[in-house]
Amino acid sequence: MTIDLTQFHDAFFEESFEALDSMEAALLKLDIGAPDKELINTIFRVAHSIKGGSATFGFSDIASFTHSLETLLDELRSGTMQVTLAMSDLLLKSVDVMRAMLRAVQQKKPIDAQKVSDLQFDLELMIAQKDTAVASAPAPAAPASAPAASASAPAASGSAPAASAQAAVIDAPPTATRWQIEFRPFPELFARGNDPLRMLRELSELGSLETTVDVNALPGFAAIDPQSCYMAWSLQLTGAVEESAIRQVFDWAEGDCELTIKPVGESASAATAAAQGAASAKQPAATSAPASASATSASAASAPATSASGPSAPVASAPTAASAPAAAAAPSTSAPATAPAPAAPPKLEAVPKAEVPIEKMADSGSIRVSVEKIDELMNTVGELVITQAMLSQLGSKLEGTTAEKLRAGLAQLERNMRELQETVMRVRMLPINVVFSRFPRMVRDLAQRLGKQIDLKLTGEQTELDKTVLEKIGDPLVHLVRNSIDHGIESPEKRLAAGKSAAGTVHLDACHRGGNIAVEVSDDGGGLDKNRILAKARDRGLVGPNDVLTDEQIYELIFLPGFSTAEKTTDVSGRGVGMDVVRRNIKELGGKIELRSDLGKGSKTIITLPLTLAIVDGQSVSVGGETYIVPLISIVESMQLKAANVSRLSGRGEVFSFRGYYLPIVRLHELFGLEPRTRVLDEGLVVVAEGEGHQRIGLFVDDLLGQQQVVIKSLEANYGHVEGVSGATILGDGSVALILDIPGLIRATNIRSAA
Amino acid sequence: MSSNAPVKKTGDASHQVLTFVLGNETYGVDILRVQEIRGWSAVTKIPHAPPHVLGVLNLRGSIVPIVDLRMRFTLDRAEYTAVTVIIVVSVVSAAGRRDFGVVVDGVSDVVDVDTEEVKAAPDLGPKGSTDFIRGLVPVSDRMVVLLDIDRLIGTDLTSLTGDAAVAAA
Repeated sequence: MTIDLTQFHDAFFEESFEALDSMEAALLKLDIGAPDKELINTIFRVAHSIKGGSATFGFSDIASFTHSLETLLDELRSGTMQVTLAMSDLLLKSVDVMRAMLRAVQQKKPIDAQKVSDLQFDLELMIAQKDTAVASAPAPAAPASAPAASASAPAASGSAPAASAQAAVIDAPPTATRWQIEFRPFPELFARGNDPLRMLRELSELGSLETTVDVNALPGFAAIDPQSCYMAWSLQLTGAVEESAIRQVFDWAEGDCELTIKPVGESASAATAAAQGAASAKQPAATSAPASASATSASAASAPATSASGPSAPVASAPTAASAPAAAAAPSTSAPATAPAPAAPPKLEAVPKAEVPIEKMADSGSIRVSVEKIDELMNTVGELVITQAMLSQLGSKLEGTTAEKLRAGLAQLERNMRELQETVMRVRMLPINVVFSRFPRMVRDLAQRLGKQIDLKLTGEQTELDKTVLEKIGDPLVHLVRNSIDHGIESPEKRLAAGKSAAGTVHLDACHRGGNIAVEVSDDGGGLDKNRILAKARDRGLVGPNDVLTDEQIYELIFLPGFSTAEKTTDVSGRGVGMDVVRRNIKELGGKIELRSDLGKGSKTIITLPLTLAIVDGQSVSVGGETYIVPLISIVESMQLKAANVSRLSGRGEVFSFRGYYLPIVRLHELFGLEPRTRVLDEGLVVVAEGEGHQRIGLFVDDLLGQQQVVIKSLEANYGHVEGVSGATILGDGSVALILDIPGLIRATNIRSAA
Repeated sequence: MSSNAPVKKTGDASHQVLTFVLGNETYGVDILRVQEIRGWSAVTKIPHAPPHVLGVLNLRGSIVPIVDLRMRFTLDRAEYTAVTVIIVVSVVSAAGRRDFGVVVDGVSDVVDVDTEEVKAAPDLGPKGSTDFIRGLVPVSDRMVVLLDIDRLIGTDLTSLTGDAAVAAA
């Protein structure tokens, strides 16, 4: 039987990248000296599952590397090694390398073997150092021996430190133990991608293995389903093996089999004895697979599966019952249906132990849905809303008693519709934490590189915003945080001299503000030096020597392309290609960016963004029978002009005075070639709209219609880009209205006036 | 190109064609390209569009441009009434699949066209471009002009320059 494993690759990569993120987060939380046991378990779990997955899919490079990593982590977990700064650095580097390897494999590119083997060497060196250090110390090294001994097989490189590690391990006195293992897979074991032969082979690597196969359940030849497993095994394993090591072998089959692991002889650990005690109330054989959540396994082997076992546990119990007829034929098995009962109490005990935030995040009861499906859903809901609006319009025209009832029904429909639309919108929303979570690592690395002490404070991580916005806000934020660290926060000496604490603080905050989301990046560093910015601008001729600028205008200079006040460029920032890009990105998202600073006390950047790119708050205007939507974010004010306020500039363009400034009048009907209701300026209305960099125009239209939220539709999908138009939307009556792109309109008029 | 020679085609020997009337001629498009047929409704004008692009319509949530084939073929412009028909077709170009609506006088029939019977369009020289004509086929005493809609609409709309329209005029 061959299964095309490549179909699972995507899921594996996606899960692995996610797991690496949580591993990284756990590593950053890890306290040097007094590490949290659960955190180490989390880290170990990630390494273990990536190792398992990559071995299954035949990514041997990754499997080999993660194996070395796992060996080191196992030392940490068993407490034979302590977490040092060097080690956490090494582990973080391992995360990077694993990410790079996975990405390379995903994109079918060659893996940077040199980098990998270098790091693997470092990892093994660290393990070897520990072994030489512990060699004189008494027995506790023993439990670690099993995984380390098997290290030799995948790590075929045979490098010197690996060999020495092995040697050291073998020296440790083995505690001879015998284990009795009853492995009774459910028929669907194969379907879940498990291979009992692989497990048996792995077991035989742990010690000497005696196997007895039970074929009683095997049906007649004609009735055999080649995709089902009918066999069961009774195994005796002799060797210095921990129960957790055995359980690890069966990790992937958990829930797909009945598994009993019992020590034979006197060296059973207290914990297993307790587990046995609990089970002895029933027949010993009843301690089947679900019962594996016994006291020992809670801390170790079953841990990799805890997050997964949540949803799968109830499913697992069903096959147990289903397999009853098949299993009944087999001797030594009591009714499997009773199995879940004894399993329950130890499971409950295990739960409070696992109370770690990371654990909770991993098991938030979510499902993966492709964005396409959600977009489709959004589309359909949008259509429904339009249909509902049409019905409402029709309904309001009807008369009679039934019409009254119909209207009541339509009103109800409208309410439900609005709720449905909001709910669907929310599906696209993700917490901003997705973006924020990359910063702890970045800040740590940057601070180390620049020799600064920095505390990163994150608040409002749960604030939700649209996925598309989320994807585009990452880079600008990275830039701002880098700026804060590189230019904002001073060196510890400078800070102490200024009477501040040695460690600077960078604060990232997100919150909802009206229909928008506000993201703030603030630091308690030196702040912006207005005079220096101004001097630099005068130097470069951007500002006249005698011009007087407001604070706001001075900060505005920073957003000019190529403007940097940094005394020297570093590899982190200072090249002056930053803030203008940041602002452009934010503008593209329909947002605003604002800078505030207090010299000597720090600076703050406030980014205001729309919650979603799919909807825009718009003002409908009419020109020559057509309806256009002007995004509210671009509108400053709407007003009726008085002829007295309008003047002509040398016969070319019309301007009007607005709060002390003269703004050009743009006649939309001229620009779009329409026949307007009126050409007389006092008879229509003027919408004062703002484009890039406070550039304002007065847009002359026939009339203002109303404000509404509109769903943005692409005009480019079937047609193409139109200058001055950012998209289209469908109005309540089913007709199409174009959404105006004010910056684009301003550009278009400039081109026109130049021509 | 010699006129009236059979056009070599790979694939099935016959395929279905939706025929429609425009002025005095009957035209045909591959039925597999037809998304739907709908009645006329008011369109929203697009600024700076070529003259034969009337505007856009809402087609079940997507914005679809509407092309007047009469203007594309430089025929006299007809009044748009309740019986005016829009055929929504999908055009495949380098930029991917796009949907367009074409305004025609009326839809006639779906006919089976034997690939063997399709004749190449004669070269009309400088008087008119026949790039967008896939061939001519007789269907019950009438000549049906098979259109290559990818060329007819795809090129001049995706480039949006209107050059093709000028060239055809």
